[in-house]
Formats: sequence, structure tokens, C-alpha cells
Amino acid sequence: MAGELNAERTNAILVTHALSGDAHVCGWHSESDAKPGWWDEMIGPGKYIDTNKYCVICSNVIGGCSGTTGPRSIDPDTGKPYNLTFPVVTVRDMVRAQKKLIDHLGIEKLLAVVGGSMGGMQVLQWSVDYPDSACAIVPIATASHFSPQNIAFDWVAREAIKADPEWKAGEYEDDAGPTRGLGAARMLAHITYLSEQSMSRKFGRTLQNKQSLDFDFNFDFAVESYLEYQGRRFCERFDANSYCYITRATDYFDVAADTGGDIVEAFKKVKADFLVVSFSSDWLFSTAQSRYFVNALLKNKVKTSFCEVKSDYGHDAFLLEVDTLGRMVRDFLYHTYEVRNGRL
Amino acid sequence: MADYDLNRRRDLEFISSLVKEGDRVLDIGCGNGLFLRHLMVDRKADVQGLEIDTGSIAECIANGVPVVQSEFDDKLEFADDDSFDLVVLSHTLQEMRNPEQILEHILRVGKRAAVSVINFGHWNCRLQLLFKGKMPRNTRLPYQWYNTPNIHLGTLHDFRDLCRTLNVNIVSETPIAARFPRLTALWPNWFAVGCVFVIEKSKTK
Repeated sequence: MAGELNAERTNAILVTHALSGDAHVCGWHSESDAKPGWWDEMIGPGKYIDTNKYCVICSNVIGGCSGTTGPRSIDPDTGKPYNLTFPVVTVRDMVRAQKKLIDHLGIEKLLAVVGGSMGGMQVLQWSVDYPDSACAIVPIATASHFSPQNIAFDWVAREAIKADPEWKAGEYEDDAGPTRGLGAARMLAHITYLSEQSMSRKFGRTLQNKQSLDFDFNFDFAVESYLEYQGRRFCERFDANSYCYITRATDYFDVAADTGGDIVEAFKKVKADFLVVSFSSDWLFSTAQSRYFVNALLKNKVKTSFCEVKSDYGHDAFLLEVDTLGRMVRDFLYHTYEVRNGRL
Repeated sequence: MADYDLNRRRDLEFISSLVKEGDRVLDIGCGNGLFLRHLMVDRKADVQGLEIDTGSIAECIANGVPVVQSEFDDKLEFADDDSFDLVVLSHTLQEMRNPEQILEHILRVGKRAAVSVINFGHWNCRLQLLFKGKMPRNTRLPYQWYNTPNIHLGTLHDFRDLCRTLNVNIVSETPIAARFPRLTALWPNWFAVGCVFVIEKSKTK
């Protein structure tokens, strides 16, 4: 939590995190932190989501490995980690857990729920499951259901984990684990967060610390070394079983699942105002996927704003195009708060 | 009162007078959204904007107006038939690639539409073409022929002809005068700088 909840409890904003994110959304929690929270450029005192004005809440998703119960939590019945005995969770379960937290904090209605990527799926689920519990919904770089392409990437990622002999059907020790598999899964996913342009700009065909090709299968290119580094770093902070559970939750995500895939019908109960943002070079969750649910919101006469921000950063743009995105989010929240306070 | 100067846009002042409390209004090419904000605050309308330009969309959001990014010549598939009380097309038609299709689309989703057009038959335009022998330019049309976004300019007669061709019913015509209000009333196609046509689907097929 960052910022103070006001006496009327009308200034609370729930921020939902993406696949590899966590509750540490902004600021520094301790002096030993290597980095501030994952959305520190967006959220903080005087920033786009101003914690001098709003109270920002972010919690770890259920199934994750940074706090809330997940497959590596201890099963009280056995005294051992749940591992694969942990039930498969859904985005709806993540949202249900967040709702319990909000209820526990005594907040009847959030000012807004804001999230990108998998966080965006949670905010969409909020809008239909708890239509009276948020004034505004801000899905960023996301989709109303996982596409076959999205599911396919997750499948390959989990296959990499499962193929690692260290996985042991999820029964690995804390200090071991399928790091090759998880690293490969992360490398694959990382490619989907970039765009062809951003990779060309960042790496080109530059060789890594060498003048000529080696004609073997070790690193030659800078992009290979970069991915390897990203994979290794990820294994230091993320658990392989959690990765399987959370990716499965996103595979199952379809906000229109209850209405037989009818997205217009799914949004019937929506009451909140929407700000939807996509990024032009994001091919993981494309503008077309945003437009698909934006059209369904408009059919339901939901007050909706939608912008495709021009960017060549790919899916990662939602964390990198902070100024363009931030201004829109700031202004949208400002008006939401004014309307809530009876000032149009 | 929203911060919007209707005196500078007489066509919008007229369109505003068409809007009743609770009306659902769609503005295609809504720019910075200030006109919609005026309809929302002063006329208590339920508004939705469409805009192509990202900078303008950011301004709409800053003005508290719901706006959706849209390509020109959008088929308006997001809207059911007759789901808007009024569709506003203000100084936008001339930039559309397919004006006839957009008229059909707006009359599908709107019970009525208010189309504010620029009059290329204005005497000043005619004189520029006649004496200079060049494509007309003025403060409303500041572009050169080769860089203008205004690819479908016409006169008031031309617009009426289009409505006839499409079997669209013209409910009212409100010529906008810059000077010479009496002459404008008499000969709008010569003296009006623009005109607001309120149109609806023809009841006879």
C-alpha cells in the first residue's frame, strides 16, 4: 500500500500486477532493494498516479511466489510444499482474493482498478464480477481472452520446464529446481515482450564480445547472451511451479466464459467507466484484441476511452511508454475522482 | 458552463440547441472534446467521441470526455442501430475517404445526424477560382491542393444532391453566415461559409 486512505475511503486504487510482477509496485521497501517497485515511474508522490492524493494497493496474485499462497507454500496437512497438489487457479480466483483484501480494508468501492498485461485481465474480470466495486477500470496492453497464439507460447514454456529433469514433477528442493527449463521459458516469453524493431535497434546482428562467428552452438550474438542473462536472472526470483500455475490461469482466461463466448453479453453488468490503452507494436496483445472488447463495451453503452499509443517497444511498452500512458491515466483518474466527489 | 466558446463556431451553437437532456450523442472527429464536454455539462447529454489523432485523444481524456480511437471511414460496428439520438459530423465529412458510406453508417447508428459542412460554393472560393485560376484557400481551408486533408469538398447543392442520391431526408438546413446574414439567408450557396444539415433516414424506401 502506498499513500493514505482518506476518511471516506474513496481514493483507493487497486493496481494488479502482470505475470512476473509482485506486490512491490513502487518505492523502495528496504535499503537492500536493488531496484524500486516495478511501476515506480508511474506511481509515487507527485507521479502520474499520485500517492499524495490516492491510496494505491497492490497484492501478490494467488498462485504466485512472492507472498500470497502458491504451489510452494506449505500445505498445513502435510507440512510440505503443495507443489502439484495445489489446485489450478484462475484469473477469477486472483480477483476474488483481491476482493477479500479490499473488503478486509473496509473499502466499499475502489476509485479504480488499473493493470497491464495479465494485470489487465484481472481488471476486466473485476469489471464483470464486481460491477459495483470500482468507479473506473483501466486495462492496458491486454485482451479479453487468451488467443490460441498466447496459449501456444505458454504451452511451449511449460513444456520446457517439464522437460527439465530437475523439475521432478514439481517435487524439487528449494535450492535446486528446473532452472534450465524455467530459464528457457522466460527467454521465450521475453521475445514475445519485444518487437522486431526494438530487437533490431537494441542488438542488431552484433556479436557478443567477439570479432567473428565461432561456428559452434555457444553464444555468438548479443541477443543470445541477453536472453540467457534474462533467463538466469529470472530463475533467481521466480519459482517454476508458480510459473506453470500462473500461465495456466491466463490460458483459461476468457472474460466471456460465462456467457458462452458472447463478449457483449459478458459486459452487460459493467457499470464502471473505462480507459483502454494498447501499443502499436505489441503483437502479444494487439490493438485488434483491445478493439474487440472496446467495441463490446461501447455496445453496452459503457463510457469508454481507447487509445493505441504509437510505440515500437512491443508489449513491454506498457512499462516503458510511461509519459504518454501516464498522462492519460492521470487525467482519466482526475476526472473519475472529480465525478465521484460530485464535481463534474 | 464548460469552457467552450460557441460564438466562434456558430454551427456548433446550433447543433448544441438540438440536444436534449439525456440524449446520447456521438461526435465523429471530436477533436479536443470541448464541444462534447459542453454537451455533457450544459446539456446533460450522454456523450461519446471518436477521434483519429492520439494527441487529440489525450486532450479529450484531459477534458473528461470519453473518446475512442477510430480510423476515418470506421463502419461504426461498435454501435447498434439507432443507438444514438444524434450523431455529429462537424467539419469532418470533407476528410473522409467515403463520404457516402459514412452518411449511411451514421444514419444506421443515429436516429438523426447533424452534418456541418464547409461550403466550397462560397463567393470567395468562386472568385479565387475564376480570377486567380487557382484552388481556393482561406482561413477555414488553409491548405494547398497537394497537402490538404480535405479531399472531398463540395457545395451546399452538392450535399443536397448526395442526400437525394442516398435517399436521405434533410430535416433542416441552417446556413452559417460570416458576413451578409440577409444575403446568406437568400442565397446560401453563394454566401454561407458552411451549413448544418440535420438529416435522417428516409421513411419511404
